[in-house]
Parts: sequence; C-alpha cells; structure tokens
Amino acid sequence: MSTQITISNKPLNIESCIDWVMSPQSGGIDVFIGTVRDSTKGKSVIRLEFEAYEPMALKEMEKITAQAFEKWPVQKLLIHHRIGILEVGEVPVIIAVSCAHRDAAFEACRYVIDTLKQTVPIWKKEIFEDGEVWVAAHP
Amino acid sequence: MNVNVLAFGIVKDIFGKSSISLDIDGTTTADLKDSLERQYPRLKQLSSYMVAVNNEYAQDQCVLTEHDEIAIIPPVSGG
Repeated sequence: MSTQITISNKPLNIESCIDWVMSPQSGGIDVFIGTVRDSTKGKSVIRLEFEAYEPMALKEMEKITAQAFEKWPVQKLLIHHRIGILEVGEVPVIIAVSCAHRDAAFEACRYVIDTLKQTVPIWKKEIFEDGEVWVAAHP
Repeated sequence: MNVNVLAFGIVKDIFGKSSISLDIDGTTTADLKDSLERQYPRLKQLSSYMVAVNNEYAQDQCVLTEHDEIAIIPPVSGG
C-alpha cells in the first residue's frame, strides 16, 4: 500500500514513519512534524487537547492523499495524527512523503499539511492557566 | 422532521452534549441551520461552521433524511 493514514491517541513515532515511507525508487523524503508550542499570542500554553470526527477525518485525509498522488509523482505518503491530551513539545501530526526527486516531495508534503489544516475535521483546544480556548472558533 | 445532530469541538460546549435530537422546519441543511441557530444562538458567534452529512461537507440546499448522520463542523484546527 502506498498510503498510510491513521488517527491514534498514542504517541507518534517519527522514525517508524520515515522507515515506512522509504522506498528503493525514492530519491527524496520530506517530513512535516507538527509540535505543541509553549505559547500563543504571548500567553503560556499548558497543554493542547485534540478531538476528531474520526470517520470523516479519515475520509478527508484520504481525499487529500489522492489529490497529492494526482498532482505529483508521489511514491508513498503517510499521515499520522494524534488526538487526546498533548503536552508542550509533543507531536500531534506527522506527514511523510517519498518521491523520486525532491521538488515533488517538498511540494506534496506542503500541500498535504496545508490542506489538512483547512478541511480535516480535527480540532484543538488550548489550555492556559486562566482558561481554555478552541483554536479559530471565534473571529 | 426530527434529526440527530452530532457536535464537536466548541459546538459540544454550545449544545451541552455530544449529540442532540431536534425537530426542524423544512428538510434542507439551510433549514437545519436556521432551527439550530434559533435554539442555540451562540452558533452565530462562531467564525463559521459547516454541516456534514454522512461524512461529507453539505451545501445549504442538501436535502436531509432522518437516517442521515449529521454533524456540525466548527472551524477546524487540526495539524
């Protein structure tokens, strides 16, 4: 299989994602790793909480990977998204792409994370010392 | 007609639970939104929200049935 898309509440493993996406025909692998930042707009973030509408999120991620395969000569593409409680420094998402040449790998990887952030029904809530906010919910 | 509506993210806070049952005037997604906004005016304060029907984003003119899986999708923030 040339795609691997998962949603899990367990810690993600960067090395195994890279191992999976490697192939003898690939000359370049691009990896995007999302990480939990310790602050937002000057406020300290204690942790993030992620929630997903899982069946639809998987479906939307499949659509994104199908588009990526159509636009670029991708060999293998992986999206791993974690949900649940994540502390600062933890990894909520890994995107890994392998292609014969690096231009396509860079572009496809960028496309996947940019599109995921627009269309996939997953949400994060920032937890501060003095409250919590669902990101992007209000103008 | 009566529909079940799933809630996620901030919409779960607005509805007070992860799914609600409600009677809507009409049969379309637009009608659903009108009924929801009347009962839960806080929805109007969101930047935006979408309706998903059977795991697909639905336009306003989409006709709903009582067996559809309907969800309110507030602004997404994955990744």
